[in-house]
Amino acid sequence: MKETLRQTMAWLHTWVGLVAGWVLFFVFVTGTAGYFQQEITRWMEPERPLEVAPAPYDAAELTGLAMRRLDEVAPVAASWSITLPHQEASRRGWNDFSIRWEEMPRPGHDFGASSSERLDPATGAVLPPEAEPRDTAGGFGLYRMHYSLHYLPYDWAIRIVGIATMLMLLAIVSGVITHKKIIRDFFTFRPGKGQRSWLDAHNAVSVMALPFFLMITYTGLVFFLFQYMPAGRDMLYGADDDSVDAYYEELYGEHEHAAIGRPAASIAPLLKQAEADWGKGNLASIVVERHKGEEPEIVLSRARMGLDQYNPPQLRFHAETGARLPDEPREGGAPVATANVMYGLHEGRFADIWGRWVYFAAGLLGCGMIGTGLTLWTVKRRRRHLSEEREADEHPGLRLVEVLNVATIAGLPLAVAAFFWANRLLPVEMADRAAWEFHSLFAVWLGTLFYALGRPLRRAWIELLWATSAAFALIPIVNALTTDRHLGVTLAQGDWVLAGFDLTMLGLGGAFAFTAVKVTRRLKPRISSAQEPAAVSEPPLQESHA
Amino acid sequence: MSSRSKEVSARHRWTVASRVAAALLGGYALTSAATVLLALLWPIPRAQGVFAASMLGFTIYTIVVLWAFHCPSVKRVWIVMLVGTAGLSVLAWLLNAGGAA
Repeated sequence: MKETLRQTMAWLHTWVGLVAGWVLFFVFVTGTAGYFQQEITRWMEPERPLEVAPAPYDAAELTGLAMRRLDEVAPVAASWSITLPHQEASRRGWNDFSIRWEEMPRPGHDFGASSSERLDPATGAVLPPEAEPRDTAGGFGLYRMHYSLHYLPYDWAIRIVGIATMLMLLAIVSGVITHKKIIRDFFTFRPGKGQRSWLDAHNAVSVMALPFFLMITYTGLVFFLFQYMPAGRDMLYGADDDSVDAYYEELYGEHEHAAIGRPAASIAPLLKQAEADWGKGNLASIVVERHKGEEPEIVLSRARMGLDQYNPPQLRFHAETGARLPDEPREGGAPVATANVMYGLHEGRFADIWGRWVYFAAGLLGCGMIGTGLTLWTVKRRRRHLSEEREADEHPGLRLVEVLNVATIAGLPLAVAAFFWANRLLPVEMADRAAWEFHSLFAVWLGTLFYALGRPLRRAWIELLWATSAAFALIPIVNALTTDRHLGVTLAQGDWVLAGFDLTMLGLGGAFAFTAVKVTRRLKPRISSAQEPAAVSEPPLQESHA
Repeated sequence: MSSRSKEVSARHRWTVASRVAAALLGGYALTSAATVLLALLWPIPRAQGVFAASMLGFTIYTIVVLWAFHCPSVKRVWIVMLVGTAGLSVLAWLLNAGGAA
């Protein structure tokens, strides 16, 4: 391999991208949907009430009601926790007034049993559990697959995704090295020129969101730090459960709870201070607990915000005297703080709704980068243009890649649409309903694979793209036929979560129709195939993609 | 390494396979050893050092693999991976034993 750095990196980029491409496309599609997983879940649970504006409340009054109830059910506990009604960026939604308590652990146990109740903000009475919505995989089911796949044991799945992610990191770095003129390439687009256009598109999309791709890849690896890079921990602490526990205790500190009860301190002035510091409506929770060997404390936490969602701003007070206690040192030091920021960046937990649309767009660009890359691989190797419908003449390996490309790039979105269709069409009382939503997704996906195998590629592309377009565009109609949560109601009510879902489906339908029209035009059979020869006769690329 | 070349010789295939194995598996071993050593050397509490070194492991692995694909000689790649892993492991072992004593 006596080649230049750019040549070897181009080779690596090409093959690493091909090997990991299909898994990564799946990861990007499901992960991108994950930025709206709570919204998707709400749409998939149409039995839930429409959104209503929350009523104003008095923090001291609610806390009093909550304390009274906690004193009733758990006069002696390991901890009390009161959640005040608030909107939270990190959970991307509304939190109702509720209480939670942990009993003292039984001897030999680390934790006691936890229970929680929703309370009526007006009376403090315990509210009955909310009506169970239909059994659905929800947005979480879709999102969860981007790291744990489906039908596979968790430990295998996260390692498959981990290897694909590592290959993506290699592909990104080698791809950047391949580009001598990354800025100029970014502004270069030569449409309608076959191979060159695909290369230009791949470059433009990849460079546009390059920081996002690097971030999402690296932080994704850090989520499973010790599953993927266990050597340090396992060599220096041990790999068995006890050693791992000991490691985390050393890293995060050990907190054993001592029993607490109703605090003697007057709560109202403490709440006032928190509201003065953070603004009304931003006080998220009140926790009463006592670490062994320390004073009992009341911890007030702000609604989670910012990059480090695990450590919201807090105020600590002595539970008996109400005196302010110093801030608790953050465990884990700089490395854990760094990781926390990485988790926040990956999940976009700090982002408001518009920030999440930016994440969503960046995720779609990721799908675009992978899709154009996979296509480029085939376009370079084809001897005949797809419009000639003579792909049987091509190398079987190339044909395999092309079939997988059709089934992944056009087929997976269709399968995701099927997942939403299944949510509306499967009988509500069906057993294992959520599982069947997944089965619907994978059955349709498998179907697209057979379809791509059985049809000329040109037609498979066009027909599947149109089918995907129709499948998405029809979702609001299927929704209107099966529920009373359709656009007529949700738009009128101003429920933008539910309306936004339906409108997004229409948007996706439009986007796939646009793609289908473009592809149809590009792959139109030519009068004479000799007139416009296939890709081989195009001038060689300056880029050294091998 | 062009995919267009008519006949890719069996020898060439083996060289590529060997290089892939050296880069991915050998590189992982080298990275793991480097991570352990780095965790021991990092001047912060041990548990945090392990955490930081492991996070940096993905960067080390990336660099090692890219080098392995660029290095002209596959043999040299194997030697660096094996000797490097062994050398770093011994250093880490000595350092850890020294620290424990």
